[in-house]
Amino acid sequence: MQDIIIDILLAIVVLTAAGLLLFIGRREGGMTKKQRKMMVRIFISAAILLALQFAPAKLFDQLDRYLFPTAGRWIRFACYLIDYFIIGYDILRKALQGIRNGRVFDENFLMAVATIGAMALAIYENGEYLEAIAVMLFYQIGEWFQSYAVGKSRRNISNLMDIRPDYANIERDGKLEQVDPDEVETGSVIVVQPGEKVPIDGVIIEGSSSLNTSALTGESLPREAKAGDEVISGCISMTGVLKIQTTKEFGESTVSKILDLVENASSRKSRSEDFISKFAKVYTPAVCCSALALAILPPLVRMLFMGLSANWSVWIYRALTFLVISCPCALVISIPLSFFAGIGGASQQGVLVKGSNFLELLSKTKVVVFDKTGTLTQGVFEVDGIHHNEMEDAKLIEYAALAESASSHPISKSLQRAYGKEPDRSRVSDIQEISGNGVIAKVDGVEVAAGNDKLMKHLGVSYIECHSAGTIIHVAVDGAYAGHIVISDIVKPHSKDAIASLRSSGIEKTVMLTGDAKKVADQVAVSLGIDEVYSELLPADKVEKVEELLRVKSEKAKLAFVGDGINDAPVLSRADIGIAMGAMGSDAAIEAADIVLMDDDPLKISKAIRISRKCLRIVYQNIVFALAVKFACLALGAIGIANMYLAIFADVGVMVLAVLNAIRCLFVKKL
Amino acid sequence: MKKTYKIEVDCANCANLMEEATRKTAGVASATVNFMTQKMIVEFEDGQDPKSVMKDVLKACKKVEPDCEIEF
Repeated sequence: MQDIIIDILLAIVVLTAAGLLLFIGRREGGMTKKQRKMMVRIFISAAILLALQFAPAKLFDQLDRYLFPTAGRWIRFACYLIDYFIIGYDILRKALQGIRNGRVFDENFLMAVATIGAMALAIYENGEYLEAIAVMLFYQIGEWFQSYAVGKSRRNISNLMDIRPDYANIERDGKLEQVDPDEVETGSVIVVQPGEKVPIDGVIIEGSSSLNTSALTGESLPREAKAGDEVISGCISMTGVLKIQTTKEFGESTVSKILDLVENASSRKSRSEDFISKFAKVYTPAVCCSALALAILPPLVRMLFMGLSANWSVWIYRALTFLVISCPCALVISIPLSFFAGIGGASQQGVLVKGSNFLELLSKTKVVVFDKTGTLTQGVFEVDGIHHNEMEDAKLIEYAALAESASSHPISKSLQRAYGKEPDRSRVSDIQEISGNGVIAKVDGVEVAAGNDKLMKHLGVSYIECHSAGTIIHVAVDGAYAGHIVISDIVKPHSKDAIASLRSSGIEKTVMLTGDAKKVADQVAVSLGIDEVYSELLPADKVEKVEELLRVKSEKAKLAFVGDGINDAPVLSRADIGIAMGAMGSDAAIEAADIVLMDDDPLKISKAIRISRKCLRIVYQNIVFALAVKFACLALGAIGIANMYLAIFADVGVMVLAVLNAIRCLFVKKL
Repeated sequence: MKKTYKIEVDCANCANLMEEATRKTAGVASATVNFMTQKMIVEFEDGQDPKSVMKDVLKACKKVEPDCEIEF
């Protein structure tokens, strides 16, 4: 029965190998040279093995008559030996090299010992050489699959993250020339054609286009850009030809910085990865020693104490099975691959993770601390409300904007923005600025006063106090109170959802730190549903607060800080995990952070946490699954139920499943 | 001084071994091998010539993984 199964399997291998060689092997980039060579070896040796299956020992024994006694036996052995060398010579060579270099226990050594042992048993019994060769063959098939699958997914993930522009177009003598982006000097003009990547940061001087920023931000809606707008490298121009004056060198451009982050990301190893490499170091020698014990101790016990025959060959065979099971490949390959796929998937969603250790920490986050301005709010002041006005809103804004038109204060700028038109300065005269209070000016011949409550008191106009948080501009027209304008930092549209979604993904506490006034801070916190607020903090106080929060939380729960500004950098590096908002934010913050959200959307925080959890779940699944199967096989092998075939199928099968499972980390879009 | 090299290695465990071997090579301050991006980042000790140190690194790596390649 087993023979028939093996025959069928070998036939499948021969056909598949031939098919793979014909179809994938020829295609460009289908297989590497090494992989093709290996496939040819697999094909040849499987074919020979299949042929030898139909030539039983008796057939060879007939040769004895023509040559010398036992000649058939040796010729049969030679045939199998040749096949064995075809499939396994590199393993044997590596095993020898390993021994010579003082590194005995690697998987090559294990496979070499196991198969040579099986061969030796077969010579002794003139029995089944098939097993040793088949085990080597299936091991090689497993290795081939591993190399192919990992190589393929590695390339796919790298392609996802590949935002590197290959060239920049420069116009010379009316012709476009492609040059290395590194060679473009700051201030030169580059041309970006539809479908091309913007290679270097700059300002558009001619043309307009919609830009696809999805590679950078994960945002699928294209952004419109026209002359005068700043563009960042890595965007893809979709519709029009753009002429861009570069403002940075290639090395300083957004795309280079991001690539730098991503490429160095998986260099920082997570604890699970460290665990696995340490585990592999202990595991292999341990299994080898137990295999040795299994080969020697039970026969001795049987001989000396139980008075039975030693049964050496049975126990040696079981020990050899042990060796086959002991390769730690599935673990060693699937864990880094899971993290890499997780980081790749996250970066596709606009979340840059600087290392797999941070992905691991992020999955344990229980406390999230936010900076307010620029993180939960937009960081730009805008007119938030107009109250108690007698005249139309637009009219009041118009008066205030015109009165303030000479000022460059952020408040007056936000008034200008709300007004929406270029203020006609000729309508304004007699501007008096009263420092710290406001402005009095004549607009269209009418006296307009815009400023704070002190200004109103100064003018003797009775005003109405405002209950909203924010900066209040009272406006008096012709000495009569005309209402007030509330200017405040607008909360980002997704902030509330972001907090809610953090809570639903199991975050225990959300905290907001801000340098802003208590009244403003409290109002924002209540409207967003944040648990704790600390307001009126200086940058140094923020660090202190975070340290305090780090002290009170439990050891296992991790604290993440989310911020964007230059003054957030110290806090970002102090927290367990620093998350910087917006890759277009301050460089210092991005440098200090461990995770960078490419767009400013706080909703991405909970997404990042869910990605990290999925990734870690898959890592643990793989660890548990691989170890469980290995130990089960070890146990079965020791009592003699599992033979070498089962052992090699368990080894290869677990690895294939673990690799496929690891690739699931890449699919994080719907999280 | 820090330099990045392209490498060719096709198993993750071998990459770990290469990393270890590189770290132990004289003249190397620290090293990370990134299997997934097939890159090796080596930080050299002050005053070392990267070219000659990398020769030793390649030799050490070939010892642990005969199939590996480092471009330098």
